[in-house]
Amino acid sequence: MSAAIAVEQAVVLLAGFPALTGADLTVEQGSITLLQGPNGAGKTTLLRLLAGLAPLSRGSARVLGRDIVAQRREVRGLVGLLGPSSMLYEDLTVRENLEFWARVNPKRTYQTDAVVERLDLGATFDQRVRDLSTGQRRRASIAAVVVRRPSVWLLDEPHAGLDQQGRNIIDDLIIDAAAAGASVIVASHELDRVRVLASSVATIAGGLVIRHEQLGGRHGSPRSPFSPGESGA
Amino acid sequence: MREIWAVAEKDLRIELRSRIVASQVLPFALIVLILFGLALDADKATLRAFTPGLFWITVLFTSILTIQRSVAVEVESEAFESLRLAGTAPWRIFAGKALAVSVQLIAIEVVLAVGVIVLYRSSFEAPGVAAVGALSATVAIASAGSLYGVLAVGNGVRDTILPMLLLPVLAPVLIGATRAFDAGLGTAAVNGWAWAGLLGVVAIIYGTIGAAAYGVVLEDA
Repeated sequence: MSAAIAVEQAVVLLAGFPALTGADLTVEQGSITLLQGPNGAGKTTLLRLLAGLAPLSRGSARVLGRDIVAQRREVRGLVGLLGPSSMLYEDLTVRENLEFWARVNPKRTYQTDAVVERLDLGATFDQRVRDLSTGQRRRASIAAVVVRRPSVWLLDEPHAGLDQQGRNIIDDLIIDAAAAGASVIVASHELDRVRVLASSVATIAGGLVIRHEQLGGRHGSPRSPFSPGESGA
Repeated sequence: MREIWAVAEKDLRIELRSRIVASQVLPFALIVLILFGLALDADKATLRAFTPGLFWITVLFTSILTIQRSVAVEVESEAFESLRLAGTAPWRIFAGKALAVSVQLIAIEVVLAVGVIVLYRSSFEAPGVAAVGALSATVAIASAGSLYGVLAVGNGVRDTILPMLLLPVLAPVLIGATRAFDAGLGTAAVNGWAWAGLLGVVAIIYGTIGAAAYGVVLEDA
């Protein structure tokens, strides 16, 4: 397998504070990486760096061979970032949100129906986001990431706010995405849950990846509807 | 073009649902017109003479609120980050946002035009030049506003600093639009088409600068 993500000696300063202090991380294509560490260790900053949202002050980072500084827009088109906020428009329905995010990602294949079915969002499809429960909102957020068919999934606490059924759906989604060739990094405090899915575990502390342990690979159906887009595969 | 329409349609759909502009900005615009009338002691001749300037000052005030609403839609949902991640060219996002603001401002201007006819007893003697001037001025306002609105978000004090940033930039638009309306309403003997043409040039300049700079300011939003 080739490296989907290669981070070397990455330093990220946020308002002068070193959030990453020389982090190294290599992630293979089609793998699931658990990113673990205490609060403030730099997990979210590392995910945001890989999404081209955090400024790289020193070092280098490449996503699917693209330099994160020189080819930032290309990189952004390849990744899907799920953060703590919903990133959904409150006055639009779930359907309208998903269709919007699909339409502004012209290089991606449009899979709204498949995503909705997979995330069991059918009942809420035509409801406004502001009328959804926390769990439904979280599922809709994940759907908005999935509909873009990212080649690299960057998930920050994806199970937060979900019930057991929702958590299981997310787990299956992650496994299928990796099986179809996408690289998935999951920052989570639910270590037992994500460790079962993961092919490697990276531990981050003080802005450094202090350990990266390989656990073994995972392979699912190659005909998964959640395969990454052509440009990144 | 698909991305531009997607952004514009999204903003307009949100407005249709939330009705913030219709229920808050539009009444504000009408109240300003009425207050101008009260301040000028309801002297119809004076009101008619100053209608072009009063009309466009009202449009500028309401444009601040419309632009703030356009930005707030993204800020409330923390969607600026998602837009950055969309992989689409920033100028397309800018064009979509400016298009949506333009449509809303045109709707407000239509209501305000009826307002000055009813309240100030003004009449459009040359509606063509007034319409072309208004269209160009609206595009210029929406272009500058869409850019400065995001710039103010990056500054972190968007609600208070936007008028201070935007209104000086829109001063040439105010002058040109007022002159074009002078011709349209017959309140002064000016070459309205020349002023409308000048407004068109300003709209192109502001649109071009906005499209070119939007990617930079979006990074800080």
